[in-house]
Amino acid sequence: MELCIIFGGIALLERQERVSQLGLAVADFAAALRLWPLWTRLGWNDILYRYRRSTLGPFWSTVNVAVTVIALGLVYSEIFKLPVRQLMPFVCAGLIVWSFISAILLEAGGLFSGSESYIKQVRLPYTLYVFRFVFSKIMLFLHDIPIYLVLLLYFQIWPGLALAWAIPGFVLLSINCTFASLAIGMASARFRDIPRIIASLTQVLFLVTPIIWMPDLLGSRHMLAAGNPFFHLIEIVRAPLLGMAPSTDTIMVMLAMTVLNMLVTATVFLRFRARIAYWI
Amino acid sequence: MGAAVDSSEIVSLEQVRITFPVYQAGARSLKKRVLFHGSAGKIGRDANDHMVIEALRDVSFSLKAGDRLALIGTNGAGKTTLLRAIAGIYEPLQGRLITRGRISPMFDITLGIDGDLSGLDNIHLRALLLGLSPAEIEQRMADIVEFTELGDYLDMPVRTYSAGMILRLSFAVATCFEPDILLMDEWILAGDAHFMSKAEVRIQSFVERARVMVLASHNLELCRRWCNVGLWLDRGSVKEFGPIDQVIERYQQFVAGVQPH
Repeated sequence: MELCIIFGGIALLERQERVSQLGLAVADFAAALRLWPLWTRLGWNDILYRYRRSTLGPFWSTVNVAVTVIALGLVYSEIFKLPVRQLMPFVCAGLIVWSFISAILLEAGGLFSGSESYIKQVRLPYTLYVFRFVFSKIMLFLHDIPIYLVLLLYFQIWPGLALAWAIPGFVLLSINCTFASLAIGMASARFRDIPRIIASLTQVLFLVTPIIWMPDLLGSRHMLAAGNPFFHLIEIVRAPLLGMAPSTDTIMVMLAMTVLNMLVTATVFLRFRARIAYWI
Repeated sequence: MGAAVDSSEIVSLEQVRITFPVYQAGARSLKKRVLFHGSAGKIGRDANDHMVIEALRDVSFSLKAGDRLALIGTNGAGKTTLLRAIAGIYEPLQGRLITRGRISPMFDITLGIDGDLSGLDNIHLRALLLGLSPAEIEQRMADIVEFTELGDYLDMPVRTYSAGMILRLSFAVATCFEPDILLMDEWILAGDAHFMSKAEVRIQSFVERARVMVLASHNLELCRRWCNVGLWLDRGSVKEFGPIDQVIERYQQFVAGVQPH
């Protein structure tokens, strides 16, 4: 098949005799990056839309997390016989990261099927919808950060320079979330059961991953945490927030996961990109 | 038909085939219904034995600069699918489709209108969706604002607008730049009389600036007035392609033959 690609009026590949599927997929990605004014705006509008005309706006998500952190921190420190000062920052950092991950998992399924009106009316790069989605989730994540800062002030904790690790850690996490969103979005556009399956899994993941309980509690069965990829996804950001550099294990698992995630998603995208419009 | 493509061809289709998979259960009973009574695309099976609807079959034609093409055919003949294929929305899985230049797909001009944003914010958003850069938007802002005649209303949320005001706003943005290829579904010419008198002038100049226009419409008079080439689609196949008068004449003969008075 030959095709000259025009994205929203921008000619990308001007008359190539043979455009491969690889070329089209790469062009899709490159064009989406260039259209950042559009996806940041759409992503931000998505947030405004959700919290429209509420006084707190996106800070409602902050309030949600804050209430959960305080409630769980108080109760679980009693259950586990740990000082609140130790457990509450742990729970808080974990929950902030988890709410980012779970929002991605739960909502990525509607990424393409929810944009049907756009996809069927105007040709835009498919990855633009992914960037829009992940961008809005990152913005919500940033709205949750103040809770943690308040907690640090309250307990007079200073995590130290290890805190800087949180930035590359979050970048790596976001890259993984971007790939996962694209894969989940495509799979869900084709198989409408997938969002339901993910919803049940997410609930289980929250309970079996050390978020509201500390991994030390597993004792000799620590593999139950170390073998869980979501533990590392959280830990790569949580450890620096708590003042520790992420462990070598976590970094290695994260890097390996990123490569795997990229390969799988790239394969799916290369093979089925052109089908998305037909599926929705 | 070799690899060499005439550079004056703005739109070129060769043996384009577009099929839609049908995943729903009960496709079999649907098959029976549509196959025998419908005028829509034929139903078949792909290599994996999935049910598919053939929306376009072996469609080949090309348009040069200055061509104004009218797509004619009954409901479900494939007109909208063909428009969307030219717009790049449906990439053909078989065949070859080449378009050259900036495309303005005017299918749903209210796309992306957000009721809670102000008129100005909506203008920005829509222009971004159409592929204009922020600089280009600034450049055209005065012209857009003038055409909408909305004045101070542009600072109000769009949900306070009447339907006519929204139409004026989105129409002004949709026609603010020079597309090479203009794709229109017939709805666009169905505004109220007051709007049409003003819009018609603008559409006319918009159409003249475009190098190629493709219009899908049931209004044969409109097709005759605006277009010089016609393409009659029937169940996804090209029945006739040529000068507009000839295509319309053949189409009318066919319709009269099917439904004798």
